[in-house]
Amino acid sequence: MTSADLAIFLPEIVVALGAIIALLGAVYTGKDKLTGALTWGFAAFFLVIAFWIGTGFEGSQTAFGGLLVNDAFARFSKILILAGSAAVLLIGQDFVKKWDMDRFEYPVLVALATLGMMMMVSANDLMALYVSLELQSLALYVIASLRRDSARSTEAGLKYFVLGSMASGLLLYGASLTYGYAGTTQFAGILSMVNADLPLGMLFGMVFMLAGLAFKVSAAPFHMWTPDVYEGAPTPVTAFFATAPKVAAIALFARLCHDAFGGIPSQWGQVIAALAVLSMYVGAIAAIGQKDIKRLMAYSSIAHMGYALIGLAVGTEAGIQAMLVYMAIYVVTNIGTFAFILAMERDGRPFTSLDGFHQFSKAEPLKALVVLVLMFSLAGVPPFIGFFAKYSVLMASVDAGMTWLAILGAVASVIGAYYYLRIVYFMYFGREGEVLETKMSPVQYGLMLASAFIVIAGVVNLFGIEAPALSAAQSLVR
Amino acid sequence: MSVADLAFYAFAIVTVVAALLVTVSRNPVHSVLWLILTFFSSAGLLVLLGAEFVAMLLVIVYVGAVAVLFLFVVMMLDVDFAELKGEMARTMPLALLIGAILLIQLVMAFSAWKFADGAMGLRANVTPDLAEIHNTKALGLLIYDKYFILFQMAGMVLLVAMIGAITLTLRHRTNVKRQNVMVQMSRDPAKTMEMRDVKPGQGL
Repeated sequence: MTSADLAIFLPEIVVALGAIIALLGAVYTGKDKLTGALTWGFAAFFLVIAFWIGTGFEGSQTAFGGLLVNDAFARFSKILILAGSAAVLLIGQDFVKKWDMDRFEYPVLVALATLGMMMMVSANDLMALYVSLELQSLALYVIASLRRDSARSTEAGLKYFVLGSMASGLLLYGASLTYGYAGTTQFAGILSMVNADLPLGMLFGMVFMLAGLAFKVSAAPFHMWTPDVYEGAPTPVTAFFATAPKVAAIALFARLCHDAFGGIPSQWGQVIAALAVLSMYVGAIAAIGQKDIKRLMAYSSIAHMGYALIGLAVGTEAGIQAMLVYMAIYVVTNIGTFAFILAMERDGRPFTSLDGFHQFSKAEPLKALVVLVLMFSLAGVPPFIGFFAKYSVLMASVDAGMTWLAILGAVASVIGAYYYLRIVYFMYFGREGEVLETKMSPVQYGLMLASAFIVIAGVVNLFGIEAPALSAAQSLVR
Repeated sequence: MSVADLAFYAFAIVTVVAALLVTVSRNPVHSVLWLILTFFSSAGLLVLLGAEFVAMLLVIVYVGAVAVLFLFVVMMLDVDFAELKGEMARTMPLALLIGAILLIQLVMAFSAWKFADGAMGLRANVTPDLAEIHNTKALGLLIYDKYFILFQMAGMVLLVAMIGAITLTLRHRTNVKRQNVMVQMSRDPAKTMEMRDVKPGQGL
């Protein structure tokens, strides 16, 4: 059994070995001097692994006695996660060097978090789910407080750790109830045991697990940690939080709902629909009063998770497909936005207040135009790709007969558009005053432009992402 | 009621009461001591289940190492727990309300508890037949053979924990005077002392 199993999960093993070799290599040689090289190395390494996963595997196999599964859904999510992690490492590189975060542990911990995420989307058993989730979370807690001399960063890490542990506790309690009822930790076994006439105890287990996972995707009402952690963590880390881990968590959410609780879609469907509606409205309304761009992006990510959860709540193949497309577009747009946020500075210090945007278009017309495109896309204004993301999710819910959910989503997106458009307003029609400086390295600038380009050009055919997303959805929903 | 039942109730009641006292006792050192009692009585419950190896592990690892470590940390920390408790008292009514609601819900859930058909069979399927091999051996087969990938992943989690602890706490201070044994040993009077002949009443 073992060699075949190992062959199926070779990419994960290679990532684990890569992280360990990089760690040992850096400890015994240049230490922090190697951060730049490690960052480039890991970014390239992730892209190679993503390419390998995309081309080297076919069909759906389970490994290690059904603990892990490698199917089209897992591969789609893994490629998105790896590409997102690579892009975030590259856009953050300048910031890391400039603002004294030059620690070689940072890229290594990002690699280990990525390994955890790759395992998460492949989890096919409650135990594998928990261990991979903890591997990812623990690495994230550490990098949140990486800037240990800053009280904000330490606070962010500690807050994330305490609340994250509580969420893990909820998840474990739910998992134990589920195991108690079904008698097995394997998703396939749970799927065959859990059907229409389920007792209250089993329902409790499911809801506890959903609550634990909702915390990890920062869906309201489990979102309280998000603004504080996003604001306090160093900006490259915030950019990382907003991209790859969100994809992994929502993929795990979908995996659990369909693979383990696929027999009772009406039960989790209503829970997730409630989470989605709350997230969309909390994200849209609470962001209005924000004065800090990182906090604003935190609420923005809460709202976006709400839309992605709509795709899950409808419980159909089209819903999962729309969810995956939505997440891909969300990651691309966020990478462009954070490439800009990372470069924001004033008076020789990182500057994240919204005041910085006033009259920015006069200073840097091209960058202002790029930010305009990205903000329009995040808001879901029609000519850009963000509109098609929202459209596909809302259409999936209409097709599944949940028109009320689509209407609520459309209303929330109109409310949310206000704060994205306000940034654009500041840039073009804001008051006179000190202007932001945004020096970028060529890579960071290139990735920002690439993100804006995708946002515009993707309108044509979404770069053909719908077909792989569909086959991924087909492998999950049965 | 058999002796085993009696022992079960004795251990179970002690576990629950001690766990309650962990959270309500005013002195944090007492809390840790109650925690140790909780571990001991849980170990007793595990022995009743026939899992004597796990029971011994609980005593050795949790009582012997973890709880004692806790005790050290609690004794060394200079935290005013009374003040923290005072802060807590303000939110206590709300917490109690939510706790009571949750408790009622859980009672409802567990009073209607049932197992899926065949759940017991599935549960027994995983473990090797205990009639044939010792339970320690069965545990080893599960951890290091059937679930070895989880064991390896847990190893990665520990690696992350170690990297994190070092990253967040290790500092290389440059202005600290460290002991250098070789320099100390190679000192001799000629390098460090100078004999002066001081005339009475003059000084240096």
